[in-house]
Amino acid sequence: MTTTPRAVRRASPRARRRPANPADPARPLLPDAEPVSLLDPTGTPLPARTDYPEPAVDLLRELYRRMVVGRRFDTQATALTKQGRLAVYPSSRGQEACQVGAMLAVRDTDWVFPTYRESMALVSRGLDPIEVLTLLRGDWHCGYDPAARRTAPQCTPLATQCVHAAGLAYGEAHQGRDTVALAFIGDGATSEGDFHEGINFAAVFKAPVVYFVQNNRYAISVPLSRQTAAPSLAYKGVGYGVPSEQVDGNDPVAVLAVLTRAVEHARAGNGPFLVEAHTYRMEPHTNADDATRYRDGAEVDAWRDRDPIVRLEKYLRDRGELDDEAVAAVAAEAEAYAADVRERMNAQPTVDPLSLFDHVYAQPTPQLIEQREQICAELAAAEQEGDA
Amino acid sequence: MATTMAKALNAALADAMAADERVLVFGEDVGQLGGVFRITDGLQARFGDKRCFDTPLAEAGIVGFAVGLAMSGLRPVVEMQFDAFAYPAFEQIASHVAKLRNRTRGALSVPIVIRVPYAGGIGGVEHHCDSSEAYYAHTPGLKVVTPATVDDAYSLLREAIDDPDPVVFMEPKKLYFASAEADLSTRTEPFGRAVVRRPGRDATLIAYGPSVPVALEAAEAAREEGWDLEVVDVRTIVPFDDETVTASVRRTGRCVVIQEAQGFAGVGAEIAARVQERCFHALHAPVLRVSGLDIPYPAPMLEHTHLPGVDRVLDAVARLQWDDQPDARWLPATEAAA
Repeated sequence: MTTTPRAVRRASPRARRRPANPADPARPLLPDAEPVSLLDPTGTPLPARTDYPEPAVDLLRELYRRMVVGRRFDTQATALTKQGRLAVYPSSRGQEACQVGAMLAVRDTDWVFPTYRESMALVSRGLDPIEVLTLLRGDWHCGYDPAARRTAPQCTPLATQCVHAAGLAYGEAHQGRDTVALAFIGDGATSEGDFHEGINFAAVFKAPVVYFVQNNRYAISVPLSRQTAAPSLAYKGVGYGVPSEQVDGNDPVAVLAVLTRAVEHARAGNGPFLVEAHTYRMEPHTNADDATRYRDGAEVDAWRDRDPIVRLEKYLRDRGELDDEAVAAVAAEAEAYAADVRERMNAQPTVDPLSLFDHVYAQPTPQLIEQREQICAELAAAEQEGDA
Repeated sequence: MATTMAKALNAALADAMAADERVLVFGEDVGQLGGVFRITDGLQARFGDKRCFDTPLAEAGIVGFAVGLAMSGLRPVVEMQFDAFAYPAFEQIASHVAKLRNRTRGALSVPIVIRVPYAGGIGGVEHHCDSSEAYYAHTPGLKVVTPATVDDAYSLLREAIDDPDPVVFMEPKKLYFASAEADLSTRTEPFGRAVVRRPGRDATLIAYGPSVPVALEAAEAAREEGWDLEVVDVRTIVPFDDETVTASVRRTGRCVVIQEAQGFAGVGAEIAARVQERCFHALHAPVLRVSGLDIPYPAPMLEHTHLPGVDRVLDAVARLQWDDQPDARWLPATEAAA
């Protein structure tokens, strides 16, 4: 199996014969064979593309800022596992362009369906980091208010959120709202049935969903070659009549450009869109995983040379849009952000055993009331014992 | 007015859709065809294909789609075409439908009704006759309801659609087309209430869904043998009405639990355990269960052996230690021979 990063070349500007896309005749149904890329790995711009105009420079500076803060958050969260403050943490280091780019492509009124690896995306969306880490700290399953933040609970069962996104997006459209749903999914989860059912439902009901596959090449230890024999995960859209695109997932400018257009496609009433971002999980699956058992250091090093933050920083500096002072200010902001997370995570969370009964049903059943009374008595007895 | 359970369910759906435009009905063949059992007959014509529609043939997709619709503020009512065809949706039901309220501390709720035509007695071929209620009843966060009468079919379905929690609504297929006098304009007892369908003094038969008519028939037949049997219809498996069940068994002192499903680790086992825990000192005999056999649902020509009928119920009643002698079936082999 080849493990070198896919060569990222500028897509051919020549028109190709590809199947027509019934939802949007302006774009073909088959994705381009090559991922969209606007910056090369050194941060040098590639020839401009009319189909993917470069995002405004203010937005790129914001992207840079959030990526730096996001990576610092990610590093801090991994450190918190070593201190026992988090039960587990699945890092998304190396995937900053995808995590942050996706959040800049959607509106606050849009819905996001994240997986457990999207903590960085969620803090980038402006969710409180402590609420985001609640799941992994272990004091409840979801720490934020999904309705208020229009962000579904981080999904651990693989691909199940793909169908929820289809239903939510269709329901919003049914009620006359122009909400788009963005569903994150990883390469491994594209093997799950719910990915296919979700994208098929979205297509049949023309629901405004963007399915965003971060292909980071491993599902824990299992490489992409064991997930699919397809030339690309983006090709999976074709069978459902869903247009798609591949993008260099470590090119922040391209990721933002491609997702922005995908979101526009969905919002305009053209139905779902599938994006596959080619990226790499720099860290093990979680802090509890040992990645040296299934991949070698040379492969990781090769991807280190494609760092998305370095790439964007170089590009913005070359354009004169970022200087030492601005870089230092962003670094300082990231440090302050991490310090705040560290400090707040050091406080032991309070958990109330009686809250276990609060939200099983809208009103507890008689059986739950009985069990609650039993736990009340146990707690009282334990307290009395403690006092004695 | 004489009507059938199928028509009562259809009326409940229509009335709920008329009362609340957030109610959407969808599934496989529910649109133009009106469902393979015609429970959604006429709904698409009356309410349009945005309110009642067919979906791709994918049960996990149907239930997952309903989750998203509920998150957007709608009230989805989905049909699983047959009991055993609902299994692909189990992950969505167990991991999301049942848990979303709890996971989000009440911030999200998913008031979905999942209608499941279930159980046998209709000569159905393989994978069309499972009694799957225990899978759902074992999953906290779901309500599990099953009507045995025409009145209840209407009333329980209306309540299920109005309920703030997800409801698995189990419809006994063999009762769909049985006719009865019914007044659909009134509501019967709410969720969480079992009902005494037939009062009696000597023993309590506890049943639900397709087993209620069996219990009533057995009680009628038992009169000839001198037993006056009470029949309790559970109606809502979750939430379960310990109070009504317990009160009945305390009065009669004897109890047989009847279910069509295979017996091991089933709903009847739970009911029997609850009765023994709560009524031990009032019991004159062990609580017995009459259930389907612990086998995969049999082929149609063999299903009558599997299904608990009146004779099997009466046999169990006969074993309720009327002469105060231990049940020979449970004695160690040496004692039984002696």
